[in-house]
Amino acid sequence: MSFEKIYKRIIAIGGVLIIGLLLSIFITLFINSSISIKKFGFSFLINKTWDPVFENFGAFPFIVGTLLTSIISLIISIPFSLSVSLFIGEYYKDTIFSKIFETFIEILAVIPSVVFGLWGLFYLAPIVRNLQIKFSLPPTGVSVFTASLVLSIMIIPYTISVGKEVIKLIPTDLKEAAFSFGATHYEVIKKIILPYAKSGIIAGFLLSFGRAIGETMAVTMVIGNVNTIPRSIFLPGNTIASVIANEFLEAITKIHISALIELALILFVITFILNLIANNIIKKVV
Amino acid sequence: MESKILKFENFSAGYGNLLVLKNINLEIFEKKITAIMGPSGCGKTTLIRCINRMHELNKEAFHKGDIFLNDKSIFEMNPVFLRRKIGMVFQKPNPFPHLSIYENVLAGYIINGIKLKREEKDKIVEDCLKKVALWEEVKDKLYLKGTQLSGGQQQRLCIARSLALNPEIILLDEPTSSLDPKSTVEIENLLEKLKDNVTIIIVTHNISQASRIADYVAFLYLGELIEYGKSEKIFTAPENPKTEEYLSGKFG
Repeated sequence: MSFEKIYKRIIAIGGVLIIGLLLSIFITLFINSSISIKKFGFSFLINKTWDPVFENFGAFPFIVGTLLTSIISLIISIPFSLSVSLFIGEYYKDTIFSKIFETFIEILAVIPSVVFGLWGLFYLAPIVRNLQIKFSLPPTGVSVFTASLVLSIMIIPYTISVGKEVIKLIPTDLKEAAFSFGATHYEVIKKIILPYAKSGIIAGFLLSFGRAIGETMAVTMVIGNVNTIPRSIFLPGNTIASVIANEFLEAITKIHISALIELALILFVITFILNLIANNIIKKVV
Repeated sequence: MESKILKFENFSAGYGNLLVLKNINLEIFEKKITAIMGPSGCGKTTLIRCINRMHELNKEAFHKGDIFLNDKSIFEMNPVFLRRKIGMVFQKPNPFPHLSIYENVLAGYIINGIKLKREEKDKIVEDCLKKVALWEEVKDKLYLKGTQLSGGQQQRLCIARSLALNPEIILLDEPTSSLDPKSTVEIENLLEKLKDNVTIIIVTHNISQASRIADYVAFLYLGELIEYGKSEKIFTAPENPKTEEYLSGKFG
């Protein structure tokens, strides 16, 4: 066999292995959660109780917690990530300024999440505690809102990395055509750049959203780990990822373990679908 | 007697350390077609981009001297208002891909945030598309994206778009260089009709195109205005030997 053929085969095996890995993770999760799936069925998704003692398990509080933290963090991060994307991709495109900015943002993306968690616990939690006192809520410091704040910073680089690229891709002659009508820079951004880059920017938000949904360590550290639906965003809660991280060590009964694994399965499917959608949009744009 | 609409006075321009246009003195006549000719890199595009002050969009751009539009210095005008009076058509057809044919014609209004009534919009769209002889071809599919038309149709759409704001001048930067011969002829015929109402300045590489449509021809070489005059004169008896060499195809 020629070197060329061996080389091709090795590459092909690598590719197949990756897909196999993904499938086997899915199958493992599915098999190991079968006890819980059989016992609770669909009601697992809408049951509001998570009680290991009475072996009554429902994912609803965590689904709510996950959606709350992800959506709030996305809302907080949007103004920042959008303006930085415009700064790098349009106003200071290809300048030393934007190069420096991009480097810093990339660093933000590689900071270990436990570091964000610690920072949130020691720096953000006291600030949130003051807010809680003002609203006469229990001054826990850790809460859904604290977790959302930490998450919003963590997902900013993801939105920006996609956003700035699609903004850079806008053809110069379209912008010039708009300028030639007497548009101001702001009007060019509002009427040409944003509509044109819209789907790419939305894909960036989806990627960030997927990231926020799956983020575990930092969220577990600052969300307060309470297994009920939070009545206020300033109260503690739990997300799907954080409850798994919190409880897998102390889960002894088969049904408890199986329920946790079913949570993992839900997380796997949601993030998989979100990434699939986002990547499809990006492919169409780029 | 023909009246002058635009006047370059000792005008120079460039980018950074590069001087592109050198001391240009030129008068453009109203409601005529003026062709700017010359070999690549001679400053043709820079020249027309100075007229609507698009040149300034480049951060390193500079200029000296003055340009007068109807005896008023364009550099004393607000560039936003100046650009609304001067339409521009680019080398490659560039309709806005997120807008329909209908919206593309109205792009100048949409982008400037000028609100129009439905009837006004319909009228502008129909008028402008008729002016560029596109109405019959697209009147039943105005909702399609502008980018779904053929190249020649897209370029006519871009001309319609530049006419919609009722400009005094339209600038065309090699508008047919990316089009097939049939579309090129269509655009040339169209420009000859349009000059009854608007002053046309066209940059072109194509000598025979200039001889077909231009009333006046300016020949630029290495940033200098070598010769300027009525088209018949330039093409039959150029004064400068450089012009003759260019027209006879010795360089370019």
